[in-house]
Amino acid sequence: MKRFFLATIILVGIYSCGNQDGEPSSATVKSESTDNNSYDPNRGEGKFKTVDVSDKLNITMADKGLKIFSVKCSSCHKTTAEKLVGPGWTGVTKRYTAPWIMNFITNTDAMITKDPKAQAQLEICLVRMPNQNLSDDDARNLYEYMRKNDGVK
Amino acid sequence: MKKNQISVLATAAFTLLFGMQSCKPKNAGNAVSADAAAKAYVAPGKYDSYYNFVSGGFSGQMAVYGLPSGRLLRVIPAFSVDPEKGYGYSEETKPMLNTSHGFVPWDDLHHPEMSQTNGEIDGRWVFGNANNTPRVVRIDLTTFRTAEIIELPNSAGNHSSPFITENTEYVVAGTRFSVPPDNVNGDVPINTYKQNFKGTLSFISVDKGDGKMEIAFQIQCPGVNFDLSHAGKGKSHGWFFFSCYNTEQANTLLEVNASQRDKDFIMAVNWKKAEEYLKAGKGRKQAVKYASNRYNEKTHTATSTIKTQVIVLDAKELKDICYMIPCPKSPHGCDVDPTGEYIVGSGKLAALIPVFSFDKIIKAIASKDYIGEYDGIPVIKYEAALYGEVKKPGLGPLHTEFDGKGNAYTSFFVSSEVVKWNIKDLKVLDRVPTYYSVGHICIPGGDSKKPSPKYLIAYNKITKDRYLPTGPELAQSAQLYDISGDKMQLILDFPTIGEPHYAQAVEAEIIRKNSVKFYKIEENENKYVSKGEGTTKVVREGNKVHIYMTAIRSHFSPDNIEGIKMGDEVYFHVTNLEQDWDVPHGFAVKGAVNSELLIMPGETQTLKWSPDRVGMFPIYCTDFCSALHQEMQGYVRVSPAGSSVPLTYSLGTNLPKETVKTK
Repeated sequence: MKRFFLATIILVGIYSCGNQDGEPSSATVKSESTDNNSYDPNRGEGKFKTVDVSDKLNITMADKGLKIFSVKCSSCHKTTAEKLVGPGWTGVTKRYTAPWIMNFITNTDAMITKDPKAQAQLEICLVRMPNQNLSDDDARNLYEYMRKNDGVK
Repeated sequence: MKKNQISVLATAAFTLLFGMQSCKPKNAGNAVSADAAAKAYVAPGKYDSYYNFVSGGFSGQMAVYGLPSGRLLRVIPAFSVDPEKGYGYSEETKPMLNTSHGFVPWDDLHHPEMSQTNGEIDGRWVFGNANNTPRVVRIDLTTFRTAEIIELPNSAGNHSSPFITENTEYVVAGTRFSVPPDNVNGDVPINTYKQNFKGTLSFISVDKGDGKMEIAFQIQCPGVNFDLSHAGKGKSHGWFFFSCYNTEQANTLLEVNASQRDKDFIMAVNWKKAEEYLKAGKGRKQAVKYASNRYNEKTHTATSTIKTQVIVLDAKELKDICYMIPCPKSPHGCDVDPTGEYIVGSGKLAALIPVFSFDKIIKAIASKDYIGEYDGIPVIKYEAALYGEVKKPGLGPLHTEFDGKGNAYTSFFVSSEVVKWNIKDLKVLDRVPTYYSVGHICIPGGDSKKPSPKYLIAYNKITKDRYLPTGPELAQSAQLYDISGDKMQLILDFPTIGEPHYAQAVEAEIIRKNSVKFYKIEENENKYVSKGEGTTKVVREGNKVHIYMTAIRSHFSPDNIEGIKMGDEVYFHVTNLEQDWDVPHGFAVKGAVNSELLIMPGETQTLKWSPDRVGMFPIYCTDFCSALHQEMQGYVRVSPAGSSVPLTYSLGTNLPKETVKTK
């Protein structure tokens, strides 16, 4: 119960954060008017609909992903199954689809606000994942690194 | 006591009280009409429509308010240290406050002036003057931070500053106190003012691309007090106008001795001509010493350079740069209307406002319509330069702003009012009281070619009974007037920091769209940056210990440090790894004698700490960052000098190994 209460406070906090680019009030209106029935929990919400993924690992992309991981992700995530601030990355590409992961890491605030899996994770971690302002390429490269971490050769 | 006696006494007392009330100058109640609140109301979550940059006076800072709400949005540290933000305390920002006198951690900022292109506010920078140790600051309006401070040689009391030309070619700085120049022995009797004291005007060039300031040249003038100034615009572009007082050249009891003459001067300066002389090599190189301090956005570090030379043009020798125009009684404000034709001088002891005509000034110079010379500078005949006078406008005129619709608004300090008058026919149109003793006034763009005349803000020197009392020291205040109609209407009072002098205001849209949200970690070139926790470390170099530390919601890495010894100089180089808007982290260590740090996302800042005793020193984040902010902490262990405790650092190692492994 206590945890639920905390999560509620945090979720309410999301609303008060508002839209960063526009008038804060318009952001509230926007999120309220979005039709939740159309939300695809497998894809998440964001600019990625489908992601072209080969069976084989793209080593160049995975190496680039590792560099981004070192600067922007490793403070909170381990590449093992251990939870640090956020969950460990082992198996992450098996638990979520490529578009879901790439949407979540680029459209973090919006996803934490409405995605059931992201909300469940927030209840465990209690720290909202920061938006680390990744480019589209960054997101794709990181995904490739996650695949490498999950054993794709 | 008889009953009716009591009632008579009570009535008398009541009358007395009531009478005292009504004696108060201009009671506020009847000055505010019913729709005032609606006009100043900005609903929660809505934005103001104007930014208002207001000088912090003796606080040395610049404050940013939203209009019409009067909400304080930010205090930008400029000339004074600010422990809240670590400004002037972090190793990176300390050089910003360096001067030829060493580290000067405070000043007195009087006039903000925003950069212009084609005479219109362009929203790139706002400049400010340091009135005590003469300096000019340039604040970057993408970050709302001090980007540069330049010191001014041959000057003392940089009051007539930092007014700018219509394309920000120059920022000027006229000295309030005339002094012996820096390259001669200043150890002379004070009563040799007339022989030994000079007044210097500095023309600071501003780079069109990055805004960097350099002293292009100085003009040496007779020893007087330069008070205020404004650049010509449009037809008068190429000229600058300075008000001068103490043309009596008194060196004591100026209150009396500098108020003897019926007229002092507005000095017109042909700076295009000065540029020609400069090119022709007519300037003389003078040895001086002044600081040029710049903040680098990539290294997040300031550098202070001491410069040793300026080029000085002599106004006495080069006769066609400077001209004196007589102006009644100790002129203060010196304001140029949006067309550039009219120059309004406000003699603060005069009972009229003279308006000069640029065309007539040029004609008078061409026909040498002079009444003589003042210390080698030609003095134009008053009537030959005068367009006309506003008769009996009020008491103690100080400053004038314009609405671009042919009207001028002048503040009156002694009679506590703002008076609206028409420039063409010089007739008074309206007057409103201020509470109390107004100094500067501001209309958005009101000293540019293109005012945005919805509001006028009056900056008052005295508030007396306007706010809840706070002991002997009271809030100073600004008052907002709606000037969109024929009559000015008071709609809001709001208190200000320090002492508000001049101010600038601009439509929010011009600034808001360019606001930086965070610093890109990839572009961080600080010498001590940690790009990721994997690169954090602690390095000992003799008795200097460099701690390369990161902060992210919600922990520091490392957060346990041992092996620091008495006598060590410890440098915490904290990099904020966040890459999102509005997620600064703070850093504090117990016993730090300087300040905390406030580190913006993607930025690195450094706190120097010399432990004063053996023991355990907690560190923590001072800026509430997440639900686990209170967990964002760590320890630094300090051992005696010569101790054998090895230098170690870690994050997460004290928890059971099963849950979290050693980093």
